Amino acid sequence: MALYSEKVMDHFRNPRNVGVIEDANAIGEVGNAKCGDIMKMYLKIEDDIVEDVKFETFGCGSAIASSSMATELIKGKPLSEAMNLTNKAVTEALDGLPAYKLHCSVLAEEAIQSALEDYYSRYPEKRPADFVSRPAHDPHEIPEEE
Amino acid sequence: MKIYADNAATTRMSRTAIDAMIPYMEKVYGNPSSLYSIGQEAKEALDQAREQVAAVINADPKEILFTSGGSEADNQALRSAAAIGARKGKKHIISSAFEHHAILHTLNRLEKEGFEVTLLPVHEDGLVVPAELEAAIREDTCLVTIMTANNEIGTIQPIKEIGAICRSHGVLFHTDAVQAVGHLPIDVKEMQIDMLSASAHKFHGPKGVGFLYARKGIALTNLIEGGAQERGKRAGTENVPGIMSMAAALKEAADHMGENTEHQRALRDRLIQGLSEIPHSALNGDARKRLPGNVNFCFEGIEGESLLLLLDDKGISASSGSACTSGSLDPSHVLLAIGRVHDVAHGSLRLSLGEDITEEEVDYIIQSVKEVVEYLRSFSPVWRNLMAGKIPFIL
Ligand SMILES: Cc1ncc(COP(=O)(O)O)c(C=O)c1O
Repeated sequence: MALYSEKVMDHFRNPRNVGVIEDANAIGEVGNAKCGDIMKMYLKIEDDIVEDVKFETFGCGSAIASSSMATELIKGKPLSEAMNLTNKAVTEALDGLPAYKLHCSVLAEEAIQSALEDYYSRYPEKRPADFVSRPAHDPHEIPEEE
Repeated sequence: MKIYADNAATTRMSRTAIDAMIPYMEKVYGNPSSLYSIGQEAKEALDQAREQVAAVINADPKEILFTSGGSEADNQALRSAAAIGARKGKKHIISSAFEHHAILHTLNRLEKEGFEVTLLPVHEDGLVVPAELEAAIREDTCLVTIMTANNEIGTIQPIKEIGAICRSHGVLFHTDAVQAVGHLPIDVKEMQIDMLSASAHKFHGPKGVGFLYARKGIALTNLIEGGAQERGKRAGTENVPGIMSMAAALKEAADHMGENTEHQRALRDRLIQGLSEIPHSALNGDARKRLPGNVNFCFEGIEGESLLLLLDDKGISASSGSACTSGSLDPSHVLLAIGRVHDVAHGSLRLSLGEDITEEEVDYIIQSVKEVVEYLRSFSPVWRNLMAGKIPFIL
């Protein structure tokens, strides 16, 4: 289907890092079933490195592909990179998304933010002074264009 | 295996329909309004097509107006009835909550122009209740418009009863029969239908051509002004090849309706049976009063677009009422109208079978849908929560 780029279809058909991490120390969940998208991210953080990451997603093709790509972009990376991962980076790595699907990449960013929030609430002493997680968006207020 | 299971969206043109249009592009290409022979030949052909189309629904050829399709016929029917009503000071229209957007959006426009619209509920089974319709009729009701068969869930409305009620109250009755014409027997006299819309591409004819039936004596309002074509009610040089092709396709559909229906129904029921084995799934719409080729399910814990993409990878073309496939945030208004909550409406699948569907293909569809649903559930956080008992199952 020409609706999505090859990259999106690849990540949709063969999603990377699918599943659950039983001993995750950072778990984030965003979206809701009413809107048709839920993303859940499981991170295993050690020494400020994202040692492992897995996801579960209920949603459309671009939601699954965005989750998959976001996990690839942060796996094995320093926490700071996970912290700074934007939806734009996810979208670019996927070679673009249709305008009305951009919110799927926003969800991926927010799922990671939500996991980091969870991590720092478990380990408040580790929270960087300047870290404030970006709050989840209202799906009815997503800009159509970048 | 390649299976086209989206015949409610559009159909493949039949050989008969394709063959019927070619002479009117190559040889008889004259303008039907011209007086020389290839013009007059085209005009005669149009007359013949009009007779053929009229015969299928037991109308008079003069009552058939060729249009650019179902949407135009719907718009013109509603606009015409509204104008007739307005002249008598009657500005109330009754319809149903799950009509096609060609109807609902026209009704929205009319509301802005001062009409009042009552949308009848269609209940869990996807059926309008005639008694509720009768109770909604008022002194100032000028039109009832209820679709013959729904395009998403395929439910067939009690058209004959509705027609009788409308006639006895002196209210015009229009039906959007786009999904029904060529698939179900329709007799406008017996069913007391005043206006009816149809579209060729739903019965193996070409896209961009359809017709409006309007009972003799109903004054139509033009949507398109210009020349005197279509008795002055629809300007523009007629789409002769398209109309000839539509007439041929409709005749073929009508000639084989009995056998097609029997064949499709049997395989539809086999498909419904097979998909019902998927846990926490539900058929949408009444199981019996539905189009012979329509199957529509909701599967809990998954989203419809990803289901469609994976079915496409397996060679199956289908559709869904999920928000993601409509480009909006809300799932199908039809599924919401039958009481499906958003959470499960996003996980819907419509399979609309063609007349040539085989048992082998149905079994392949069942197997494929089972696999894909199970796969998507395997990493769905919603499914995990349902299975863990954290949220209750809806289906
Ligand atoms: C019930 C119904 N009404 C109207 C239409 C519109 O018909 P068309 O595509 O010919 O404009 C369709 C098909 O899309 C339909 O299913």
